[in-house]
Amino acid sequence: MISLVPLLSPFLQEQEGSYFFPVQASEFAADTDWLFHFILWVSVVSFVLVVGVTGWFIWRYRQAREPEPQPSATHSVKLELIWSIIPSIFLVIMFWEGFQVFVDHRNPPPSADRVDVIGSKWLWTFRYPNGAELPELHVIKDRPVRLVLQSKDVLHSVWIPAFRVKMDAVPGRYTQLWFTPTIANGPDEFFPLLCTEYCGTQHSSMNSKVVVHPNAASFQTWMNEATVDYDPDPEKWADNGALVYKNKGCQVCHSIDGTTAGKVGPSFKGVFGANRPLASGESVLADENYLLESIENPIAKVVANYAPAMAVNGGVSLSKEEKDYLVAFIKSLAD
Amino acid sequence: MNSVEKEIHYLNHEKGFKSWFWTLDHKRLGLMYMWAVIAAFVLGGVFAMLVRMELMQPNSLEGGQFLSDQVGGLSAADRYNHFFTLHGAIMVFLVIIPGIPAALGNFALPMMLGAKDVAFPKLNRFSFHLWLTGALFFVGALLWKGLDTGWTFYAPYSTSHSDTSVIMATSGAFILGFSSIFTGLNFLVTIHKLRPEGMTWFRMPLFLWAIYATAVIQILATPVIGIALLMLSVERWLGIGLFDPALGGDPVLFEHLFWFYSHPAVYVMVLPAMGVVSELIANFSRKPIFGYRSIAMSSVAIAIFSFIVWGHHMYVAGQSEVVSVIFSALTFSVAVPSAIKVFNWVATLYKGSIRLNTPMWYALAVIWLFSIGGLTGLFLGTLGTDIHLHDTYFVVAHFHFVMVGSAIFAFIGGIYYWWPKMYGVMYNETYGRLGCFLSWFGFNLTFLPQFVAGTRGMPRRYFDYDPQFASYNMWSTIGAMVLMVGLVIGLFALVHSLIGQRRKAPANPWGASTLDWQCTSPPPPHNFDHAPSVDDPYDHDILRWDEQEQGFMPIDPVDGDPNLAKMGSARTAPATHS
Ligand code: HEC
Ligand SMILES: [Cu+2]
Ligand SMILES: [Cu+2]
Repeated sequence: MISLVPLLSPFLQEQEGSYFFPVQASEFAADTDWLFHFILWVSVVSFVLVVGVTGWFIWRYRQAREPEPQPSATHSVKLELIWSIIPSIFLVIMFWEGFQVFVDHRNPPPSADRVDVIGSKWLWTFRYPNGAELPELHVIKDRPVRLVLQSKDVLHSVWIPAFRVKMDAVPGRYTQLWFTPTIANGPDEFFPLLCTEYCGTQHSSMNSKVVVHPNAASFQTWMNEATVDYDPDPEKWADNGALVYKNKGCQVCHSIDGTTAGKVGPSFKGVFGANRPLASGESVLADENYLLESIENPIAKVVANYAPAMAVNGGVSLSKEEKDYLVAFIKSLAD
Repeated sequence: MNSVEKEIHYLNHEKGFKSWFWTLDHKRLGLMYMWAVIAAFVLGGVFAMLVRMELMQPNSLEGGQFLSDQVGGLSAADRYNHFFTLHGAIMVFLVIIPGIPAALGNFALPMMLGAKDVAFPKLNRFSFHLWLTGALFFVGALLWKGLDTGWTFYAPYSTSHSDTSVIMATSGAFILGFSSIFTGLNFLVTIHKLRPEGMTWFRMPLFLWAIYATAVIQILATPVIGIALLMLSVERWLGIGLFDPALGGDPVLFEHLFWFYSHPAVYVMVLPAMGVVSELIANFSRKPIFGYRSIAMSSVAIAIFSFIVWGHHMYVAGQSEVVSVIFSALTFSVAVPSAIKVFNWVATLYKGSIRLNTPMWYALAVIWLFSIGGLTGLFLGTLGTDIHLHDTYFVVAHFHFVMVGSAIFAFIGGIYYWWPKMYGVMYNETYGRLGCFLSWFGFNLTFLPQFVAGTRGMPRRYFDYDPQFASYNMWSTIGAMVLMVGLVIGLFALVHSLIGQRRKAPANPWGASTLDWQCTSPPPPHNFDHAPSVDDPYDHDILRWDEQEQGFMPIDPVDGDPNLAKMGSARTAPATHS
């Protein structure tokens, strides 16, 4: 059943930020929004003038009132110069102001912290200075951050609306963007980070979270929790694997509860020990070797009814241990 | 109404499928283009509605997902990607680019020149057959494995990742490109060579100036997309590394080549629309167009500038910063001639005698919609704001205002305008205006909310979105339904005029002084039985409403004019203007 409540929601609920924009959470936001509103008001005035004069002429010179046209000038150099030059002045201002903002966006201060952002279908991985690779972007309030973007496969694009920043992640080259966050958000709040360059099936779920910590200590606490050293005790392998599954993006394409809605790959539930039907028409018993091969060389045995959409190692870098943990984890989900 | 049937004209002098399929008559070709483009428009529209239905509610809501989960091995998200791609590709390559030039241009251009046909009638027929072939390739791609690359075909997704009929579709676009090049070439030569005596360049109707400027773009820019798509197909087929870095190529190179064509292509869509609107505004206000020379010259200026602004699509794509700045500056320069046209249209209304027939409604709708489309382009040409707005729904809304709001509305307005000439019948004004009003209203309702969705954070080409954007999308989908009803009524009004009680059209129902209205409606197979007299294309004083004819008649007919006998009073004052 279709609910019509959303139609009224702009009137019912308080929206965060301004009418046009989400909250201003970086140093760029105020400049961008100011420039936007400047162009907006110039446009609104021009539009009202054009449409207003048009409407007035249509009314004033309608046929019922003016059965015949009256002679009038067919051109006027003066008028035409006026309406070419006045808009041009505004256009020059827009260009110049836009140029200034652009220069700011393109010149990160040398002191900025660096985070590498790796885009792959359909997951963002953030590599921090300490080498940790995690699926969320955590930054510190008032500290400039430089994101160095790369892509493993197709074009992607990082957009953080709250910061008003955007840059394509282009395979085969590095691109960068930077910002200084000005608002911290709590552990359960985040600013969305979205992929804005079309990249295939799950483009619209290639999202991540930006968490702004109030200070370096809070950031460090989170980092320590997120990068627990894996316990090599074989008893713990499956638990370790559950973490890898989450942090390395397997969860983007595989569920663990048997469902497949919204995922391009099969669920891990009940895979181990089952006879897997393959696209080639054969079938194979899913043992440890099969699982490892499916991770390291996914196109070797493609599961029936699925596209060969998985990249080697799921498109991220996996250590030997992490693969072992993953295999143990999938094994633990056997029926 | 028997007299209608007895007259011999281009529609009935030959009959049967072959007489149409193999015709060399520019009018028949124009008509076939028109119906073919309308058919493609309906197909593209179906995909648009599927997209809007899916987006009506976020999937997180109960029942929010419109497309069912798995069909034919494709997930709902995959099919959504096919739908928006096919919508875009069909609308761009099969509808808007050929729309006005090929359909209305073919029908009206030779008659506006007082000519019998275009310069190369066989090439013209070949263009149409190429269009049909290209369209078949598109339909083939659709039926075979579909297409999910977006109409932009960006590499390396299109070359190394997509599992759809990419090569089939690019081949279709390649063939359609040749259709477009040949049409442009034909019109260019026709305008150079077949202008009648007395029609100097600055006595040409503005529609011809627009078509001329368009032809230049078609001829010079289309080969580049042809090459780019060929390179893309070769990479996909043979693995030769041109765009995919995994093979040693560069994806940004493809973006450059793509937009080198596709920005000028925007003006292949918009310039002819501006030409149509110039004709409509002048004729329905019964005034010479204000600033004729600036409109004509701005068409040429736009055509030239359109070649050097493509990089404004790539501010955040990884191109050099300096290049982005230069492109931004150049982009603003193209805004001026576009604004000039709008101001000139408005000034033309001044002291006119404005008739609000359906074509005029569409022309006024274009002023409204094109103004919004043009002004929102400023936000995107500006470097600082484009960073935030690029690839969001703001862009989607902007280019729909430009491409649909201008090109499609002008196309429909043009069809209504020349309809009496095409079929020799008058349509019902009430239905026509109702269709226009609902289309205009629905269009605004569809796309205005998308601007806000975009600025607040909704990216384009998303199968699903955050619930905070629910209201914008709900309004947008409702708008799309209204728009669809408006368009259907618009089409109905035209078809309705052909069935049942036909109302015969006079030779010149609108009082236009361009030559295309000097032959009968519908025209004889060879357009003119005798060379028409060339006068100022916007001098409306030489015509007067004739009650009995229900159309306009020359006050001062030239010798040998068949209407001479019917003429009453002599012309009073010679109308002149500089
Ligand atoms: C881009 C989506 C995607 C990502 C990310 C991904 N996979 Fe896959 N995976 C698939 C698809 C699609 C298949 C089925 C086709 C095939 O067998 O190659 C698959 C198959 C598998 C299989 C075989 C399953 C079976 O049913 O027999 C295993 C095991 C697997 N993936 C493990 C992983 C692991 C571990 C990761 C994380 C490192 C991962 N995948 C990341 C898409 C993905
Ligand atoms: Cu992406
Ligand atoms: Cu452009």
